[in-house]
Amino acid sequence: MTNFNLDNRYKAIVIGGSAGSFQGIVKILSNLPNNFPLPIIMCLHRLKHVRNGFVEALSIKSIAEIVEPYDKQPIKKGKVYLAPSNYHMCTELGHYFSLSTEEMINNSRPAIDLTLGTTAYVFRDKLIGILLSGANRDGGLGMKYIKDRGGLTIVQDPAECMIETMPKAAMNATTIDHVLKIDEIVEFFKQLHKQYK
Amino acid sequence: MKEIDIADLKKITEVVKTKYNYDFTNYAMSSFKRRISRILEIKSMTMETLMKRLYDPGFLDDFLNEITVNVTEMFRDPSFWRVLRDDIIPGILLNHQKIRIWHAGCSSGEEVFSMAILLREMNLLDNASIIATDLDTNILDRAKSGEYNIKNMELNEKNYIRYQGTKSLKDYYKEVNGKAVLDKTLVENVSFRKHDLVNGEVFNKFDLVLCRNVMIYFNQTLQNEVLKKFHESLFKYGYLAIGSKESLIWCDIASKFIIVNNEEKIYKKIKD
Repeated sequence: MTNFNLDNRYKAIVIGGSAGSFQGIVKILSNLPNNFPLPIIMCLHRLKHVRNGFVEALSIKSIAEIVEPYDKQPIKKGKVYLAPSNYHMCTELGHYFSLSTEEMINNSRPAIDLTLGTTAYVFRDKLIGILLSGANRDGGLGMKYIKDRGGLTIVQDPAECMIETMPKAAMNATTIDHVLKIDEIVEFFKQLHKQYK
Repeated sequence: MKEIDIADLKKITEVVKTKYNYDFTNYAMSSFKRRISRILEIKSMTMETLMKRLYDPGFLDDFLNEITVNVTEMFRDPSFWRVLRDDIIPGILLNHQKIRIWHAGCSSGEEVFSMAILLREMNLLDNASIIATDLDTNILDRAKSGEYNIKNMELNEKNYIRYQGTKSLKDYYKEVNGKAVLDKTLVENVSFRKHDLVNGEVFNKFDLVLCRNVMIYFNQTLQNEVLKKFHESLFKYGYLAIGSKESLIWCDIASKFIIVNNEEKIYKKIKD
């Protein structure tokens, strides 16, 4: 396995995904080390008008608690947050979330670019951004924000993706530090966890 | 999305406040920033031009229209409207013959029409007094006209079906020149008024205040102030409905309310 040469500078992880990312997310969450020290902020495209069921489906195998935050809810380490259906989810400077019903971006609400971009603004070089399989370009620009602010960028290996449009968009938009298969992302989380012991 | 300087945002709020008495100081910073960025993009303006244009009162309406978020749906969260119909409205009728409702921040009026349809199907529309307010007069005009983009009606129709109304949403509108024109008699007794939640006075008492997905654009200081006004505007045991992902937990006034439906975020005032 690759040694990722990590240290403990990171304060948050943000993950974006769309079509074909569900299995990968489940695998990552079910293999998450116990007491994982960072907040994981997820923006996944989902059915816009189905409010319930998604958190429950993800929670079945997840090691950490998954929360759909309320507007103004503080971000706590060790929690997994999921953007609620039909709202944009943004990270704010005081380390809390804000939700918004603003216009769709990239035909999406929640929009991954917005979650990634605002989280990069707050966590700067202490952020890890991960973009998984997906059928539109949402997230590409967000990954560029993360890179521009000094964060670490990871995309799911397009060869493994059910639909590669999303990670490819990120690879075209900016420098990607690691192109990884889901199993390698799982390993990445394990190595990262060791830095905080 | 262009990166906007916080100093510029402060200048904008300052001008709008001193010249027009609209106070955006306590709007949530990141969404306010995005709205400004959006205005620059839509109008293809530089920040300098925007600053200059703000001194033109004729531009203000445009500004207010773009700065506020006017994305809404009829029967958004159908389960919310079912709870209103099945629990909340009957609860109000136990104490009051007339139902007094305030739509605070009504935007283009989709929720006002939804409410009117709900009440008409319960044969209660004539027993209701509805006031709908927004700070943006353009959007109030649009609400009054009840004309919506036909493209939006598919979603509205889906919501209505999931709400389980007694008719079809099509019974309430006609298609005219690519627009859905809603039945005006639904809102003939609704009073549409200009009112700014930030510095507007408390003007009446209500059994039900709806303010869904409006306060998410405010910071917590402003949320607290606005909630105080809602508290004052409610009869004892009156109801306050906020968006499904909003919460009073962090607010000063939370102890004067109890939650009656957590899933739909409907609160009841229990203390004066």
